[in-house]
Amino acid sequence: MKEEIIIAGFGGQGVLSMGKIIAYSGIMQGMEVTWMPSYGPEMRGGTANVTVVLSSRRISSPIVSRCDTAIILNQQSMDKFESSVRSGGLLLYDPNGITKPPARKDITICKIEAAEEAAKTGNAKTYNMIVLGAYLKKRPVVQLENVIKGLKKSIPERHHKLIPANEQAIHRGMEAVR
Amino acid sequence: MDVNDIIQPENKVYGKTPVLTDTEMHYCPGCSHGVVHKIIAEVIEDMGIQDKTIGISPVGCAVFAYNYLHIDWQQAAHGRAPAAATAVKRLYPDKYVFTYQGDGDLASIGTAEIMHACNRGENIVVIFINNAIYGMTGGQMAPTTLIGQVTATTPYGRVVELNGYPLRITELLAQLSGVCYVTRQAVHTPAAVRKAKKSIQKAFENSGQRKGLSFVEIVGTCNSGWKLSPVEANQWMVENMFPHYPLGDIKNEELGIKDWLKQ
Amino acid sequence: MDNNTILCKGNDVIALAAIRCGCDGYFGYPITPQSEIMEKLMEEKPWETTGMVVLQAESEVASINMLYGGAACGKKVMTSSSSPGVSLMCEGFSYLAGAELPCLIVNVVRGGPGLGTIQPAQSDYFQAVKGGGHGDYHFIVLAPASVQEMNDFVDMGFDLAFKYRNPVMILADGIVGQMMEKVTLSPPKPRWTDEEIIALSGSWATTGKPSGRRENIITSLAMDAAVAEKFNEKLQRKFNEIRRREVRLEKIKCDDAEYLLIAYGAMSRICEETVDNARAQGIRLGLLRPITLFPFPSEQIAAMTPQLKGILSVELSAGQMVEDVRLAVGDKTPVTHFGRLGGIVPAPDEVLAALKRTYLQNENE
Repeated sequence: MKEEIIIAGFGGQGVLSMGKIIAYSGIMQGMEVTWMPSYGPEMRGGTANVTVVLSSRRISSPIVSRCDTAIILNQQSMDKFESSVRSGGLLLYDPNGITKPPARKDITICKIEAAEEAAKTGNAKTYNMIVLGAYLKKRPVVQLENVIKGLKKSIPERHHKLIPANEQAIHRGMEAVR
Repeated sequence: MDVNDIIQPENKVYGKTPVLTDTEMHYCPGCSHGVVHKIIAEVIEDMGIQDKTIGISPVGCAVFAYNYLHIDWQQAAHGRAPAAATAVKRLYPDKYVFTYQGDGDLASIGTAEIMHACNRGENIVVIFINNAIYGMTGGQMAPTTLIGQVTATTPYGRVVELNGYPLRITELLAQLSGVCYVTRQAVHTPAAVRKAKKSIQKAFENSGQRKGLSFVEIVGTCNSGWKLSPVEANQWMVENMFPHYPLGDIKNEELGIKDWLKQ
Repeated sequence: MDNNTILCKGNDVIALAAIRCGCDGYFGYPITPQSEIMEKLMEEKPWETTGMVVLQAESEVASINMLYGGAACGKKVMTSSSSPGVSLMCEGFSYLAGAELPCLIVNVVRGGPGLGTIQPAQSDYFQAVKGGGHGDYHFIVLAPASVQEMNDFVDMGFDLAFKYRNPVMILADGIVGQMMEKVTLSPPKPRWTDEEIIALSGSWATTGKPSGRRENIITSLAMDAAVAEKFNEKLQRKFNEIRRREVRLEKIKCDDAEYLLIAYGAMSRICEETVDNARAQGIRLGLLRPITLFPFPSEQIAAMTPQLKGILSVELSAGQMVEDVRLAVGDKTPVTHFGRLGGIVPAPDEVLAALKRTYLQNENE
């Protein structure tokens, strides 16, 4: 099993921490993982992105030019990464602020109204967890129990009281994804 | 009576401290370094800290200081002795650590390192020899060279427009909160030597009590660089150096900081 | 999963590994992309647990000279920086090598020259491997390609440094420094006691002169030319011994390879995928990854030449390591360089395209 994921959006949307939670969940599930923040050729453009690779075998390149899944949270990232998804792969996006929706026919395209859902909860900080839930629904590469374990590992203990809210947001995302 | 009759224990009036080695010093006759080495060695002997003292020698005439005292020594890159001493003292808090630096080493190339070691209040002793010239490289201008003073790189005398002013770095460093004791001494007379030794002893004691950094400037002669006889050099120092670099404590517990701007 | 296996950034794990291997002191100055090392150390407060000293110096010049002072005491001391800061340290490097002081320097390389870019690069190979400072000296240079190796090379670096009384550099890059991977932390080791330091390094370190022992003097000064020559010959014998005994490398799919990529650090990870992609297309490609850059695996590369039609040396530079590859290979096999500059990292397929362009044009036609 190998899943190469690019997550891209604005800084502040929780892109890097979502990647970290996916990576930690992978470790909890006994997989090899890499997490590479926007630091390579894709960094230009002022948006944040992270590449996460989960694999049952040793991972070679932490930097990928093609991915299995792209999670896209703003138009600049759509412009940049729509074409990076492998044929047959998944493109998950939040339509909020997207002016040019993805047009590819050879990949699965899913929408998550994460901004809207987060607004409903009254807690904008759960935005990235809603997106994460949507992703996990479409690509159950890691089991939910391992995601919760990953959450516990990747956020400081003083914030562990927020874990139930995050878990609810994941479920909300799972239900809301289209 | 021959000489062997005189060399008897009951006739002994002076003994070389065993902390000084028997190595013949490379310093020019008349140079102040030898006297300062001797009084540091005596302080180390008097305080019984030979096994706990680590010296850091500079680049400059005193680079070979490590040949003259029976203690462990490090020889640092030019100006960097306070950085090396910082690490030694932090890693061995119970040792006595001192740097021995000239005016080029401390007041020119090493200003950042001495400034920040002082500011951090490292519990070390700094011995600063100011003879207003670069001795080892052959008598070039130092930051402490006096206005009008002739050196190899100021052959017509130091000019403010070209070279700026003689740097009173000791007064500058005294302003820093991490420094507990700052004094300026000389070793041109027996009385001055005794006072200088007391100052150095006080500096080492401060270090033992972790009061902060203690800074002892010794205004010294470089008769080779100044192109004067030893006696003339002492006289020149008294007449020309002391007015710009007045002797005495600049900062201590009783005094606070001397208002040096009014001098 | 045990508690010692964590998801960790390369830079952060350097800090954790330092504490766990019994490091006595870290002296550093902030610079991107490695500031997390000192930040993590400050957050961990090892002075309250192991007694390790952590100090933010006023400059890289000061930190490298603090390293000199600490190393001269026989203590396990380290610093870290990135390219422009490392340039400032080069004077200290020369003194450390000249005084034969064991210590660890981590260089998380970014693009140059000058202030350059904070993006990853491998353009400081010459500086790390050939000198940087003045005089005939070498550091032992380790090139980690994963976060696990960032962890492992800290302890290994100190071992090598003390074995040879020579500075060791971990030559990382912004990718290995900034990425997170699964890493198993080393079991903690206590710091050396004063008695252990005296037993190990008491013959030379400035630990305070007890009566009955000669004073220990740490210096790189040798005014007498004959003395200086003898000392330099001794240093060279040491470097030759290191060349004989300490070469480390990894070979991936080299047994039947007709073509060979040579790459180190993060670039080797990308090349590893290139190898898989090439083999999927029927190209018999292998990868040789030097783990030590000094000593360089020259003999191991030379030994492969009979089976090879061509070598592509791949670096995030304009071609620095390729010179050592050419020295190793001579004219037995064609050697070409491929690299990207200024912080651009090529993707695996870009490397494959370069290989095909260089060696497989005719076969494609």
